[in-house]
Amino acid sequence: MAEIVHPKKALAVNPLKVSQPVGASLAFLGLARAVPLMHGSQGCTAFGKVFFVRHFREPIPLQTTAMDQVSTIMGADENVVEALRTLCEKNSPEVIGLVTTGLSETQGTDIHRAVRDFRTAHPEYAATAVVAVNTPDYVGCFESGHALAVEAIINTLVAESDAVGRRQRQVNVLASSMLTPGDIEAIREWTEAFGLRAIVLPDIGDALDGHLTEAEFSPLTLGGTPASEIAIMGESVATLVIGGSLNKAADLLKARTGVPDWRFDSLMGLDACDDFTMALAQISGRPVPPRIDRHRAQLQDAMVDCHFMLGFARVALAGDPDLLIQMGRFLVGVGAEVVAAVSPAKAERLAGVPCEKVIVGDLEDLENHARGAGVQLLVANSHGTETARRLGVPLLHAGFPLYDLVGGYARTWVGYRAARQALFDLANIQLGQHHEIEAYRSFYRDDPAAGESHVCTPPAIGVVH
Amino acid sequence: MKASDIQALLDEPACSHNTKEKSGCARPKPGATAGGCSFDGAQIALLPIADVAHIVHGPIACAGSSWDNRGTRSSGPALYRIGMTTDLSETDVIMGRGEKRLFHAIKQAIDTYSPAAVFVYNTCVTALIGDDVEAACRAATERWGTPVVPVDAAGFYGTKNLGNRLAGEAMFKYVVGTREPAPARPRPDGRPTWDINLIGEYNIAGEFWHVLPLLDELGYRVLCTLSGDARFADVQTMHRAKVTMVVCAKALLNVARKLQEQHGVPYFEGSFYGVLDMNNALRDFARLIGDPDLIARTEVVIARESARADAALAPWRERLRGRRVLLYTGGVKSWSIVSALQDLGMKVVATGTKKSTEEDKARIRELMGEDTKMIDDGSPKALLSVFREYRADILIAGGRNLYTALKARIPFLDINQEREFAYAGYSGMVELARQMALSMESPVWQAVRRPAPWAQPISGAVLSA
Repeated sequence: MAEIVHPKKALAVNPLKVSQPVGASLAFLGLARAVPLMHGSQGCTAFGKVFFVRHFREPIPLQTTAMDQVSTIMGADENVVEALRTLCEKNSPEVIGLVTTGLSETQGTDIHRAVRDFRTAHPEYAATAVVAVNTPDYVGCFESGHALAVEAIINTLVAESDAVGRRQRQVNVLASSMLTPGDIEAIREWTEAFGLRAIVLPDIGDALDGHLTEAEFSPLTLGGTPASEIAIMGESVATLVIGGSLNKAADLLKARTGVPDWRFDSLMGLDACDDFTMALAQISGRPVPPRIDRHRAQLQDAMVDCHFMLGFARVALAGDPDLLIQMGRFLVGVGAEVVAAVSPAKAERLAGVPCEKVIVGDLEDLENHARGAGVQLLVANSHGTETARRLGVPLLHAGFPLYDLVGGYARTWVGYRAARQALFDLANIQLGQHHEIEAYRSFYRDDPAAGESHVCTPPAIGVVH
Repeated sequence: MKASDIQALLDEPACSHNTKEKSGCARPKPGATAGGCSFDGAQIALLPIADVAHIVHGPIACAGSSWDNRGTRSSGPALYRIGMTTDLSETDVIMGRGEKRLFHAIKQAIDTYSPAAVFVYNTCVTALIGDDVEAACRAATERWGTPVVPVDAAGFYGTKNLGNRLAGEAMFKYVVGTREPAPARPRPDGRPTWDINLIGEYNIAGEFWHVLPLLDELGYRVLCTLSGDARFADVQTMHRAKVTMVVCAKALLNVARKLQEQHGVPYFEGSFYGVLDMNNALRDFARLIGDPDLIARTEVVIARESARADAALAPWRERLRGRRVLLYTGGVKSWSIVSALQDLGMKVVATGTKKSTEEDKARIRELMGEDTKMIDDGSPKALLSVFREYRADILIAGGRNLYTALKARIPFLDINQEREFAYAGYSGMVELARQMALSMESPVWQAVRRPAPWAQPISGAVLSA
């Protein structure tokens, strides 16, 4: 059990935290023909947009209610109604995700009443679902905002039902914000290997995987979970919940529909993958396909090969709680040690990170803590680049945002094959850092000293024994 | 900040377009608004001041999605790259603990980083709950002796442009004129030195370093750049300059105008993009200083640099001549880039005029010909349709439109502040040409426009075989 520590300081330095409204917007970006609408000043949206564009390298639909000085003081419900009307009129979206911000929450907006006002004033736009969610940025973080949005989506779009298993080959997947488009794709293939059809909520694997389409431009999301699919989640045989952040959303879905659920904190590493595979076998009633057996054996082989480089490796982790837990367990599972861990927001689940203590703080906290702990590797988002440089250790990019490398969003972490690749990458990073013992030259040695002769690279270490 | 104060700022007498119908800024339209807020604008204007601790006072959203995402470079301190925010919690907001937290945050920043000064940026939430940022800054200055400057540009005050201007006001009110410059180091060539200011130059990707050696050579000491690669102490001495150049930034004209009115520093508007504009800028400096020897030497430098640039550009001119450009910057910045493109023999077939007045439009016709298309609608759809209609070869626009272009499979050049290449000065032109050619001549366009072989109609394949 990790101890959860809150350093007392007034100033966050090099913040790790990304706001709830941005996390909630990501959830809506995983729905089909959708657009997130932030109820706040235009900057809330502009910053969010740049943030996503830099991470995904995709055009991102994101709108604003454009609160100005007058509407901030006098009430901005009108802005909400007008924004919803404008979006419906121009683009007829299937879903609008109405996300509040610190500004509108401080002002005291009643977002649900504003939506009712819109419904009364504009019955002609009934075909567009509006999912409203309260996500002030002075509470929680990216992950919790995302989870709140998933909850709101279930609350709004999944009706109470009693039809469990009407579709015998259909499963629901609730996907945490830690999962990349590559992860979602892998999970989909995993379920398909057992003859199951997955409804992934939200499906950024379909919406933000980065693919060129016939359509040159769309003001709405291209791909993602269709509202019609969400509506039939109650007919699935099972729900697979990935990431502890979605526990409340999972409770709600289960209460609504009675669909039994399987919950997973992690899909990285041998044990986590085995648990998921067993669940799929049980749900589908099918044997594990030989292909998966082979992938499992490949991962085991890599674990053996890489344990020399990863054993006792001292790692610092920075990320939202789900990511910390998944990555921490994976690393510890191959013999590494998590010697510093920072989460931007508190969560009871953090006690499950396999390390001594988790700091609720920022990258400055991580840096200070890591410096004293002899860290050899940092796992963090792109903001960790400077931290790693100052610490003089390599960085493995993971989390949100990733803007200083191409394709970070596409990387797959979950499943046997991805875990194997992660092991290779980690081991290579360690190999690249190996410090040779400084040569000792005996007093009696007569041949020329190093520097005078040609320089040789040291032989590869850890490979042959 | 009072609404009347904001109105007064929007009414900038030095703006040539202020008398025309599009004066001031229209209210943003909910559900159909793009672009940043005043806070964003204030950060763009001031963040490049490298030895200042920039504290964002508010909950996480404002700093969380935006810190460390600017392309500006420093030749010395890197403090400006450290993200700092008070990261207010719900309790801070409800219990009104913001000011107290800010006060301690300022202390923490001073204790940890010994900054030359602290800038505190007000945000929507803190403006709404009525935190007296100015008083907190005053108290902190008195207590700790480090200058602490309030920048009151909360997001909902208005647009990015307004934020630029508010930032300029803050500098003028609290910083400019608070220190006398040290005498300039004597030149080895014994020639005189003249002090100058640059306003609106942000040293994106370090591009100002293409220009600075020439200014050094001619005997100009840059007292202050507002704000690329600037130091706090530079800003304090701006009032002692002999000339100010406003670098394609109408938004900060207020600073230039006040320097002229209150300190008698004349200013001119110019740009460092393109050989012609570079020549003009150097000539304007010399003209306003009025020293005959300087004027003569300026011509020598211009002749030398133009010849050098011409030689370097010759092969690129061959490749770029006659290529057609769709330029969309949405604002006055287009001026600076148009002449650069014409230098290269390219044809600007259309340009954005959303923020232009009739007078501006007349200048566009004069510069680019009567048949130039003017675009008011900057939506991706409209841009793409103009691109096709006018048979453009490349879209040059801000980063926001980057993926619009790529998704439509058309070449693109980013000219906004997030870009990674330096285009200013004589040598920057070569980079500009290279980047355009790189995109337009890339073999990928053909490849990505080609449908999959199996997507061809079967009968067609048989017929052609």
